[in-house]
Amino acid sequence: MLAVKDIRIGYKGGGLVLDDLEFNLGRGQLLAVLGPNGVGKTTLLRCINAMIKPWAGSVLVEDASVFHMTAAEIAKYLGYVAQRNEAGRMTAFDAVLLGRKPHLRWRVSREDLTKVSAVLHHLGLEHLALRHIDEMSGGELQKVCIARALVQEPQVLLLDEPTSSLDLKNQLDILGTIRRVAKQHGIAAVMTMHDLNLALRFADRFLFLKHGRVFACGRPDQVTAEMVQAVYDVQVDVLHHDGQVVVVPAANASTSAKRYSDRP
Amino acid sequence: MSHLDHGRLPAGYTAYVNRKVYFILGLLLFTIFLLVTAISVGAVHVPVGEVVRALTGMPTEARAQVIIYNIRLPHALAALLAGSGLAAAGAAMQSILRNPLGSPFTLGLSQAGAFGAAFAVMLLDAGTMQSTQVSAVTIANPYLTTLSAFLACVLTSLIIVAIARIRGASPEVMVLSGVALGALFSAGTMFLQYFADDVQLAAMVFWTFGDVGRAGWREVGFMAAAVAAAVIYFVFNRWNYNAIDAGDETARSLGVQVERVRMAGMIIASLVTAFIVSFLGVIGFVGLICPHIVRRIIGDDHRFVLPASCLTGAVLLLASDTAARLMLAPHVLPVAVLTAFLGAPAFLYLLIQRRSR
Repeated sequence: MLAVKDIRIGYKGGGLVLDDLEFNLGRGQLLAVLGPNGVGKTTLLRCINAMIKPWAGSVLVEDASVFHMTAAEIAKYLGYVAQRNEAGRMTAFDAVLLGRKPHLRWRVSREDLTKVSAVLHHLGLEHLALRHIDEMSGGELQKVCIARALVQEPQVLLLDEPTSSLDLKNQLDILGTIRRVAKQHGIAAVMTMHDLNLALRFADRFLFLKHGRVFACGRPDQVTAEMVQAVYDVQVDVLHHDGQVVVVPAANASTSAKRYSDRP
Repeated sequence: MSHLDHGRLPAGYTAYVNRKVYFILGLLLFTIFLLVTAISVGAVHVPVGEVVRALTGMPTEARAQVIIYNIRLPHALAALLAGSGLAAAGAAMQSILRNPLGSPFTLGLSQAGAFGAAFAVMLLDAGTMQSTQVSAVTIANPYLTTLSAFLACVLTSLIIVAIARIRGASPEVMVLSGVALGALFSAGTMFLQYFADDVQLAAMVFWTFGDVGRAGWREVGFMAAAVAAAVIYFVFNRWNYNAIDAGDETARSLGVQVERVRMAGMIIASLVTAFIVSFLGVIGFVGLICPHIVRRIIGDDHRFVLPASCLTGAVLLLASDTAARLMLAPHVLPVAVLTAFLGAPAFLYLLIQRRSR
């Protein structure tokens, strides 16, 4: 479904941001991209969505390169939920209808309206349909944005920190929704995340980035304390609780920065 | 995602959309009513029946026909077109620049137009003072002044386009370039005014008072073509502007080529403004406030905001111009004063009303 091959990205005049990056993702699979701030997680999502053109490498969706598609074609294959979403004075229904933009002709068709209604129903947002999004809570707005991406009818869903600045209930709710939709409709989802425990609970696979390269990749139960320590430079314990992997800072956790500052 | 084929439209959505459509239709009817009234009233009263007969091509009394076709109709149409063009450009600019203070003049166009006119008055000998029945000052060579003002506006747009191409078409780059260019042209105008004699200075200041009465049929024709082309372009891009309102990244993910849309929108808004400013002088406020008035009433969806802004701009400028003609007749107040007098209280009322909800 989604194949990312030998991606190398750098900025003009700057060094490499991502190098030698490669992974595949099948239908209905969720991948959590993890790593410290500034490691290139958002850059990776933007590259997959062809917002950034890499120096080398390819991104294939259903064996078609996104770099050979028009902007409108990409929008039919890939849905993207940005980290920051602006909310103008518009109903949730119209905000989701915007997601039909890649498919729209001069007039909004009955089919477009039907699909918006169906997505709202599917995500349990019907009661919000006529509410203005500038009056919504962060969690509600995030769900509307996910609905907008889904109504594009994408094969791949890209989510940039979908649960940042949300409370615990909304975090669980949003990630549960993403997982359910991905499984039911065979959508491959790539999420960048900071919360390791939520990522390991909801994703099928994790991918740790370090210094712009893939440091480790695998199933949640394959995460080790050494991996997390090497990526985040924090001492942690990895526990297994109720069949779930839980990462907790070690009792004597300290970063290398802290250790250095402690030196006489 | 075949499940998406079975959705039911939420109850009340159709009524919600219809309310916006009715609002626009109401505005359209009011604009027509205002147009007829504006042509009817003035120093010589022309009965509404005569106006309607003249506008529908039926035979009318000779004197009324002269007043309507030679004076009031081009005057009223200039107000309609300028109001529509400025308000549509303002609505587009506020979205493109992602800035509520966006207006056709954000990019320094009014200052550029004023400089162009001052340049023509002082250095191209376009400014001498004359006395007419309705106005103390007129510009001796309006075509040269118009051309000079237009070229200054276009030059400003081209400089901003060049800067945007070098530094990227971000709203910050465009707005700040506009502010810098506006300051530059203001300084240039002040420089010219400092060395101008009394007659030239009066002509320069007079030009900056926006006045729809300067337009004859030829100017109305030019403005109609420019405004129609710009409005069609903006309406064609209505979904792009909605997408940009949702954030640049979201817009890109929806297939919008954000920089291209931003750049093209800026150029079109600048050109239509340049046409209006160079023919009529500086008419501020309409482009800034009309889209906000509309947004407060029907929301931010550009499918409705663009046509409603056009009509609101037309109504505001036509009403202001009519009031400007009547208030101190036979003297005519600059219409820009009236647009603010009528528009600002209306806007403040809407602002306070929404806050108190």
